Amino acid sequence: MRRDFLRQMSIQPVGSAHSLAWRLHLDAPLLAALITLCLGGLLVLYSAGDSNMEMVMRQSLRFGLGFGILFVMAQIPPRSYRFWAPAFYGVGLILLVLVLVMGTHAMGAQRWLTIPGIGRFQPSEIMKLAVPAMVAWYFSERALPARLRDVLIVLAITLIPAALIARQPDLGTALLVAAAGLLILFVAGLSWRLIAVALAALSIAAPLMYFFVLHGYQRRRVDTFLNPEADPLGAGWNIIQSKTAIGSGGITGKGWLNGTQSRLDFLPESSTDFILAVLGEEIGLIGILLLLATYLFIVGRGLLISWQAQDNFSRLLAASLALTFFIYVFVNIGMVSGLLPVVGVPLPLVSFGGTSAVTLLSGFGILMSIHTHRKLLGH
Amino acid sequence: MRSPMTFKDHHREGRIFAVRLIWSVVIVVVLSLTLVARMIWLQGIQHDRYTTLSNKNRVQTQAIAPPRGLIYDRHGVLLADNQPDFSLALIPEQIPDLDATLAELASIVSLESGDIDRFRRRLQSPRRPWEPVPLRARLTETEIARIAVTQHAMPGVRIDADPIRHYPYGVLLSHVLGYVNRISAEDIEQMDADEQANYSGTHYAGRIGVERHYERLLHGQAGYRKVETNARGRILRVLEEIPPQPGQDLRLQLDIRVQQAAWDALGERRGAVVAIDPRDGGVLAFVSRPGFDPNLFVTGISHLDYAGYRDDHDQPLFNRALQGQYPPGSTVKPIIGLAGLQAGVTDWQRTIWDPGFYRIEGEQRVFRDWRRQGHGWVDMHKAVMQSCDTYFYDMGFRLGIDRMADFLARFSIGLRTGIDLPSEARGIMPSREWKRGTRGQAWFHGDTINTSIGQGYMLTTPLQLALSTAILARQGIPVVPRVAQLAPPAPTTEPAVMNTPSHWQRMTQAMVDVIHGSAGTARLLSRGVQYQIAGKSGTAQVFSLANDEEYNAEEIAERLRDHALFVAFAPAENPAIAVAVLVENGGGGGSAAGPVARATLDAWLLNDAGELAVPPVGLPETVPATLGGPVPTEAALFNPETPDAP
Repeated sequence: MRRDFLRQMSIQPVGSAHSLAWRLHLDAPLLAALITLCLGGLLVLYSAGDSNMEMVMRQSLRFGLGFGILFVMAQIPPRSYRFWAPAFYGVGLILLVLVLVMGTHAMGAQRWLTIPGIGRFQPSEIMKLAVPAMVAWYFSERALPARLRDVLIVLAITLIPAALIARQPDLGTALLVAAAGLLILFVAGLSWRLIAVALAALSIAAPLMYFFVLHGYQRRRVDTFLNPEADPLGAGWNIIQSKTAIGSGGITGKGWLNGTQSRLDFLPESSTDFILAVLGEEIGLIGILLLLATYLFIVGRGLLISWQAQDNFSRLLAASLALTFFIYVFVNIGMVSGLLPVVGVPLPLVSFGGTSAVTLLSGFGILMSIHTHRKLLGH
Repeated sequence: MRSPMTFKDHHREGRIFAVRLIWSVVIVVVLSLTLVARMIWLQGIQHDRYTTLSNKNRVQTQAIAPPRGLIYDRHGVLLADNQPDFSLALIPEQIPDLDATLAELASIVSLESGDIDRFRRRLQSPRRPWEPVPLRARLTETEIARIAVTQHAMPGVRIDADPIRHYPYGVLLSHVLGYVNRISAEDIEQMDADEQANYSGTHYAGRIGVERHYERLLHGQAGYRKVETNARGRILRVLEEIPPQPGQDLRLQLDIRVQQAAWDALGERRGAVVAIDPRDGGVLAFVSRPGFDPNLFVTGISHLDYAGYRDDHDQPLFNRALQGQYPPGSTVKPIIGLAGLQAGVTDWQRTIWDPGFYRIEGEQRVFRDWRRQGHGWVDMHKAVMQSCDTYFYDMGFRLGIDRMADFLARFSIGLRTGIDLPSEARGIMPSREWKRGTRGQAWFHGDTINTSIGQGYMLTTPLQLALSTAILARQGIPVVPRVAQLAPPAPTTEPAVMNTPSHWQRMTQAMVDVIHGSAGTARLLSRGVQYQIAGKSGTAQVFSLANDEEYNAEEIAERLRDHALFVAFAPAENPAIAVAVLVENGGGGGSAAGPVARATLDAWLLNDAGELAVPPVGLPETVPATLGGPVPTEAALFNPETPDAP
């Protein structure tokens, strides 16, 4: 009976497969796109890691874990997320402070918390979900559009964890966390005038940040972005080599496993942040367009879920998750192709690396939960 | 909690949200199109440029230095070869902290400040990335072992095995072979593009001597290898290879036995010996003492060694045979005599009275003979044999400087000989034009008179003296001296022609009597000789003495003593060698320089058993197996890609 109604509600044609997915609280098109993306990513990773099967296996295990968590998250109804959002956010904030106090150092940064017996993890990853959930929770109780007071509170909710993460320092994650919160402000109808004022303030603050806030290595990244040829063997090396890899790939690429830039070690970070250059070199423009199309399908599907969501919490959270995912894609491709300065943002679900893949898939679990737990409401 | 007010807002909120969502889609699309445009720019429009960059990354063209040609003496004795050498080189791109690495290396191998200075200079000069920069050559086995033990902890530190030039005879041939040493950035700048390409793999080039003069021949043609490398410069595979053409081996006219004999005969004295085969102009010996160890210069001489050579009062780096300019003294008397005979100002019958001095009629100035009491009645034969100055004062004055200069030029006096060695000095054959040009003064009679006994302004190199003696032995036919056994160029000087050819024989006889005659100035040289020597001694004044000053060689410092000179050719009737000897501050020519000349002649003309055996002209008939054969095994071992010489 309830199922029948849901069939009427659903905008896509409903077949038996969909109804099975629906029963499992999964969104079949989104799931199919994610699996396609992950499998494609594994192929690129195999080449980027010099045909290292072990790397592919480890990444597959993470994907398996990620999809498992996705499934679990999809079963939890959105109202539970809304209920737990403040607690979740609070715990995340405490962990972030703990990281700064007693976190584990690695590669010049302090990003990890070591839990004896379990291993270490990055609390900043939690914030990628906790911040949008918290902001969405805040607006769920308030009338839209956001007023100035709301804006200030949301800015605090967003920028305090972002600042803590930036202190670690992890500029990439801080950027994504901040974006997750701020995007909700945008979707929640922040007036264009305020947006213009914020952009103006940012353009004034940016040079000040450069001189007074950024770490030496971050400043170098900006310098390198502005003029990569200034130090071709040093800081500019990454970006020159990645542009060379992409450019030399041409329309159809040099062929899978045949990229000279990556396989002869000219391309640094080829299996992590710069993996797009491997794709661009080996599969060419065609590969990049296919990848971009898959990403846009996922983003589009996420926005559609947001569009169809029935309460403010759900729609804001869904929009934030979908748009943050796009920010990932844009920032990574932008930096690898030399449009943006190098910030440590991985190519989602393609770059080698565990935590971000699991967090991303968890987010999609929440999206699927939002989509499949809709209430019966007249149009 | 929900009021109707908020419920009413629900629609408005939905509208706001929908509009913003549409805006989001628009922004996502615009940003995505930006990325697509960027990719089309990189992969479509700029594709060719990045393909080139990618290939440049991956494919490197490496020059393969050709093995340098070897140098042999006329009998095939190896005079310069290539030996394996282990050197320490650094790849700066792989070294995180250069100063720390240098400090660490200094603790395990001996590094002079000069080594590090040179290294830093090379680091500054233009170079390809990932190219090793040499730090120290000639590592000892202990040092190689020490580096090998710690090498894994020091990235970018390499031990390179490179063939380097070796001169087995060292100091003996230093002034004729010269040496090679490292090519500097300035050398490369002076080359044209083709040469630069040819030298791009070469580390050494000839600096002086035969090594310099025959640089192009000895160097060969560089080969090329296109290799695929990874980012750390490691070669993964060879894509294409053009082997180098090895440098040509060079066989010299030089006879190492004659060279050694002349060297030994000079002993510890400063001086020069040049021996030329008058039959073809081949240089049989080319000695300048003291010499230097050319092997020290190959990999870069240390400051200390160089300072030692530079500050030595004996000037071991100075090539006396080639660049030393000395008054020829009496050694030119036979040629000046021939000039007088040809001009008709004298003949073999004409005699003069020598009271021990000469005075131009009506002038006060007195020109002394070396023998104060004079030689009495003197003719040309006796004047040559006893080296009578007065006879030549008189004859030279009547001959005049113009005819004298013209005739002596045919014997290469005051002209470059054209020998196949770089930086030859020219000497001075004074003339009216020369004196006006350089001194701005008119020519005086006194100048002519001084010139006619090889003094005054006249200066010659030992090489010029040897060549003039060879031309004398050839009866005036010019020849260009050659160190290498390669066809000499045509002489640029005119032959010296005698209207009465018998003058040649009579002058030769006078010179024979210098040694073999009972009253000859060098009669002591004839002891035990198995062939006839035609020679002439000479003494070059280091400074002029006032007319009445008593001259005592014992009383003045050794450095102010006269230079001893001797020229000779033999066998007199069929000359096969002409030699010139200079002994700086040696005193009397006959006694100091004569025996050196005799030893040189003996080394060439006598066989091992001490019997007269005049060597044939040019190439010996038997070619030793080593000549033209494959490159010696050591060199091949360290240059495995290089094919053997064809």
